[in-house]
Amino acid sequence: MINLEIPKKFKPLASQANQVATEVFRPISRKYDEAEHSYPKELDMLASLIDGMNEGSDIGGAGAAGVRRESSNGDGGENRNGSNLSTVLGIIELCWGDVGLLLSMPRQGLGNSAIASVATDEQLERYGGKWAAMAITEPEAGSDSAAIRTTAELDGDEYVLNGEKIFVTSGDRADLIVVWATLDRSKGRAAIKSFIVERDNPGLKLDRLEHKLGIRASDTANFTLQDCRVPKEALLGDPEVKEKGFAGVMETFDNTRPLVAAMAVGVTRAALEETRRRLAEAGVEVDYSVPALSQHAAAARFLEMEADYEASWLLTLQAAWMADNGKPNSLQASMAKAKAGRTCVEVTLGCVELCGAVGYGENELLEKWARDSKILDIFEGTQQIQLLIVARQLLGKTSSELR
Amino acid sequence: MTTTTDTDKTVAERGMGVGLRALNWLAGSDLLDRIRIRKGVERALFQGTKGGFRTATAAGRTFKAAQQLGKPARQARSKSKGLFDVTPDDEQQMFVEAGRTFAEAEVRPAALTADSERKTPPELLAQMAELGVNMLGVPEELGGVMHEQAAVTSVLIGEALAHGDMGIAYAALAPGAVATAIGLWGSAEQEATYLPAFTGEDVPAAALAILEPRPLFDPLKPETKARREGEDWVLTGAKSLLARATECELFVIAADAEGIGPALFVVESGTKGLEIEDEPAMGLRAAATGRLLIEDARIPGSALLGEGSPADYVECIDRARIAWCGLAVGTAQAVLDYVIPYVNERQAFGEPISNRQGVAFAVSELGIEGSGMRLATYRAASRADRGEDFAREAAIARRLCSVKGMKIGSDGVQLLGGHGFVKEHPVERWYRDLRAAGVMEGALLV
Repeated sequence: MINLEIPKKFKPLASQANQVATEVFRPISRKYDEAEHSYPKELDMLASLIDGMNEGSDIGGAGAAGVRRESSNGDGGENRNGSNLSTVLGIIELCWGDVGLLLSMPRQGLGNSAIASVATDEQLERYGGKWAAMAITEPEAGSDSAAIRTTAELDGDEYVLNGEKIFVTSGDRADLIVVWATLDRSKGRAAIKSFIVERDNPGLKLDRLEHKLGIRASDTANFTLQDCRVPKEALLGDPEVKEKGFAGVMETFDNTRPLVAAMAVGVTRAALEETRRRLAEAGVEVDYSVPALSQHAAAARFLEMEADYEASWLLTLQAAWMADNGKPNSLQASMAKAKAGRTCVEVTLGCVELCGAVGYGENELLEKWARDSKILDIFEGTQQIQLLIVARQLLGKTSSELR
Repeated sequence: MTTTTDTDKTVAERGMGVGLRALNWLAGSDLLDRIRIRKGVERALFQGTKGGFRTATAAGRTFKAAQQLGKPARQARSKSKGLFDVTPDDEQQMFVEAGRTFAEAEVRPAALTADSERKTPPELLAQMAELGVNMLGVPEELGGVMHEQAAVTSVLIGEALAHGDMGIAYAALAPGAVATAIGLWGSAEQEATYLPAFTGEDVPAAALAILEPRPLFDPLKPETKARREGEDWVLTGAKSLLARATECELFVIAADAEGIGPALFVVESGTKGLEIEDEPAMGLRAAATGRLLIEDARIPGSALLGEGSPADYVECIDRARIAWCGLAVGTAQAVLDYVIPYVNERQAFGEPISNRQGVAFAVSELGIEGSGMRLATYRAASRADRGEDFAREAAIARRLCSVKGMKIGSDGVQLLGGHGFVKEHPVERWYRDLRAAGVMEGALLV
């Protein structure tokens, strides 16, 4: 039966996450935007709390820990609301607080998500409870992740990694870094594997931390891997070089894209709520039953933005719900990411415009959200990459036909 | 240019009496003959002048109260298990299957002719009535089939039929709006008088008349007035774009009621003071849209729908918007389904045009925004069924279906290029129809 509301059983979780956002994130939001590269120590205690929430619960957490796909067959089975949905709901609330701080949450990195999604039981045991960052992008390979040049060579019981990685979120703070590398550059994407590298590995050298437009609470590290040796068991998933291998790696993104979409939804809502309040102070309120074009232009604009927000929110929840029910959701995950990412940018910038100097000035957070938002339309697959994935799926095209 | 004499005046000239010189130039130009469209132009002019003629409303049947219940019957609210779910229930699935099958086999093939002739074949309407589309809002006690409120079901059926054709869907679903309005808000007497007709075989044409012909129309401020005269109400005003207007036997009319504010009135077509004027539009042509002119139409005090509560009135406006969204979602999906094989087959520069990002990304946008429209519409409808507030959700769905729906209609034509502009392909019709979702008020109801 169609019901597109937050499930009753997840309301406590959402409200808890909202309290965290209100009490912990918002008060330090500006502080770490200004103090780029300093570690938000306030998050340590919170991270322990979230670990507790994640522990053995079907509800998942507020972060990126629980994105394993359900194996049950979606059709005919009982409708399930599981960890994908609860995680998305938690992330929305936390990013309503501050997306940069969420990205800095210990043990909630995208690397954790990758490990949770594809690791063997042994690997889960070995690396569980640690903070894992994700290193994919290279100076010459962004969206085209099949073009990565970092190599991994088997030498006895170890792989030896060599290459350069950029844009590693929380790379310096994490315990582990999931590094994408190729076993054989001549074999293309089939040879690309991910490897877990401990942060204190002597072959892993921090080059620098980036200075950024937004999400400045979250550190972005660049590394050089020089004869970086990891045990054979550090390879995530199947070590065989075969055609389906890369697809498996990419499937991780079907699970993580709704999470990034959720981040965008959270930031969008923050900006809309603040703008609604500011407009009301200025004497403009949205009346939902009066036609948009018969209202104040600012109200009509607000309604337009709220409508795009709603579409993003629903697409995001749908993608997560499909994952919970074992339905293939690659299409819907990319739709959600595309819609939520661009909506976040358009809405946060629109809110700054509507609020004028109040929106643009640093006394309020609106201008910060308008800077934070841009990355959400870029990482985990840019807007253009999402459109490409959606188009290939809808048109039934391969990546060689539609490039 | 020659001057026309009285004897060779065309129908158009006599009827319109404006823009004569321009018309004359057009008529005298051999350009028309060269491109062989003279016949069409003359017919179009004739149609244009028809607007000047008014016809009486349909004679209409006599509505008589059958067995009357002590208090009005109402459908139950639906109950949710409290879980997020995008899947329709089994019963809804059944309606969807039936609707889709019918739309594909019967509606789509009839759409081009129905659009150009401005008429939906009566046998098609009868078949859709058999599917039960007009009685979704009729409570069980009065012969209805749905125990619970059926906003979601109505949306799903509207979506399925509009995938075939929006104009035909409008023609078919319009009477149901009147039945649903009476089933939701009518008094026991109104229910007993009017609802049985909607559950039988010969369902009357009927219209929920809210939209008025002026820019920036706000349904909360209708200019149609209802003034008190003794026990009676006297209505004056005009209502736009009613489906099958000349056939309508029953109207539910929105008017600013003296001492109440905006309210709905049940008016039978035989009432003195009602006239129909043809009102062809850009789209929805299969629905043979017409304008209802109301001049001092006297109706009994009991014609006020229900208790004339302002909350009911606003709910009616919002429910109608959800219904139009349902149609827009179906037509938007039709665009996507049509465009995909076209861009995959159409060759340019030695390969399918869909191999180019400029084309492929436009298809992605159709898919993304169409999905957003659908989910927002479902959310609004399901909230209505559960008895939750849905004004916000209805407004949001309407914005999406108006803005994105129109963009989808426009891109559908664009992706076919010049071929999209000609009637050989249905996208030009969908372009015209999709504009309706943001324009229409009332007329349909979930």
